[in-house]
Amino acid sequence: MTTSPNYNAGAHGGLAGLLTFVLATLSGLAGAVETPSIDTPSIEITKFAFAPKEITVVPGTKVTWTNRDETPHTISAADKTFLSKAMDTDDRYEYTFASEGDFSYFCTLHPFMTGIVHVRK
Amino acid sequence: MTASNDSKPDSPADPTRRKALNCLAAWSGAAVVWTMVGGVPRALGATGSGPVAAASARAFTFVQISDTHFGFHKDANPDIVGGFRRAAADINALPQKPALVLHTGDVTHLSKPEEFGQAKELLQEIHIDRVHTVPGEHDALDDGLAGYLKGFDHDGKNRAWYSFDQGGVHFIGLSNVLNFKLGTMTSLGDEQIAWLKQDLARVSHSTPIVMLAHIPMWTVYAQWGWGTADADQALALLRPYGSVTVLNGHIHQVLQKVEGNIALHTAMSLAYPLPTPGQEGIGEPGPVKVPAGELGKLIGTRQLTIVRGKHELALVDTPIDHA
Repeated sequence: MTTSPNYNAGAHGGLAGLLTFVLATLSGLAGAVETPSIDTPSIEITKFAFAPKEITVVPGTKVTWTNRDETPHTISAADKTFLSKAMDTDDRYEYTFASEGDFSYFCTLHPFMTGIVHVRK
Repeated sequence: MTASNDSKPDSPADPTRRKALNCLAAWSGAAVVWTMVGGVPRALGATGSGPVAAASARAFTFVQISDTHFGFHKDANPDIVGGFRRAAADINALPQKPALVLHTGDVTHLSKPEEFGQAKELLQEIHIDRVHTVPGEHDALDDGLAGYLKGFDHDGKNRAWYSFDQGGVHFIGLSNVLNFKLGTMTSLGDEQIAWLKQDLARVSHSTPIVMLAHIPMWTVYAQWGWGTADADQALALLRPYGSVTVLNGHIHQVLQKVEGNIALHTAMSLAYPLPTPGQEGIGEPGPVKVPAGELGKLIGTRQLTIVRGKHELALVDTPIDHA
């Protein structure tokens, strides 16, 4: 899956297009500014686990996963809305969460590896 | 290591079996010889501790290899190809040429076309015409089984399960590496179980059955996904048969379970060892780095022999480092 528009809450201009600008305006920049520390969260895959296993972000946030294991892993939404290719060691996967919700995901090779991304305004 | 979940606990009256299990528990690396009598394995001895019963000239023998992970090049085994070639040489040197080779999955590490290509070439270095595989989850990345089936579609039906008859044995290959769902173990799926029922309908109950599947067909360790959620449905179809041997891979170590006439065995990998189920101090089922000189004792091959008329099936697990 390709990366969605590179919108980071709090980062104006850049690659953000008109649609992103409108979405940002609708979702309210004030809310994003209140939570600046979760702009570009990074999740490590290490020892067959997601760290952190649970995060909360605002709509439009790009989340990055990096595999630090010697074993390939995948990122698959429980409802299949997003699915990475198999990630070998140090491979990265990015997904931008556009709308609110609770997004459970797992590794399709090791389904006991689970995580969740909460998207809240 | 123990034969966990073994529904047939060690019998004090069968000290040889206990001894063999102890060999396994000690990771001794010695080849352990199993004989199946009426579906119940008994240890005949270990190669390191005394004479091994030779296969009869009339016997039908075949080889199981597993988890070659072609394409893996990390510290746990930087020379997968070298190790495979030593195993191939061992198989080629067997005094009685095996009739076929069974590969119980994870042929490749990352399902890459070049890895499948390398696998096809390397498997030809085993001088046995017939090599049958089942897919591992590492063979089903990204494109499902499309890449795997380009090289390993054994009956031309574009699916990963099949059966065939050879040497009086009914062989069944199954795929249990596609149906992963969040938080659960893998499964065979209803379509495959329905096919199995149909396939067995024409097989007499006196025919020995050898079934292959990558992930163990019993729950070795659910926390690591080492089991198949609907395995019981498949095994129920096999209960009427007098001799059933299920060969699995995935967990890179030798474990066994016996349920009536059904004996289930996992095999060593030819790539790298994995921890024992829930091994203390490890916590996850990733490649285990062992000291130099130890790796060759923890990866290897298996020879199986069926002696016609004796209802015996012998298993010899041989690490690539052996006397």
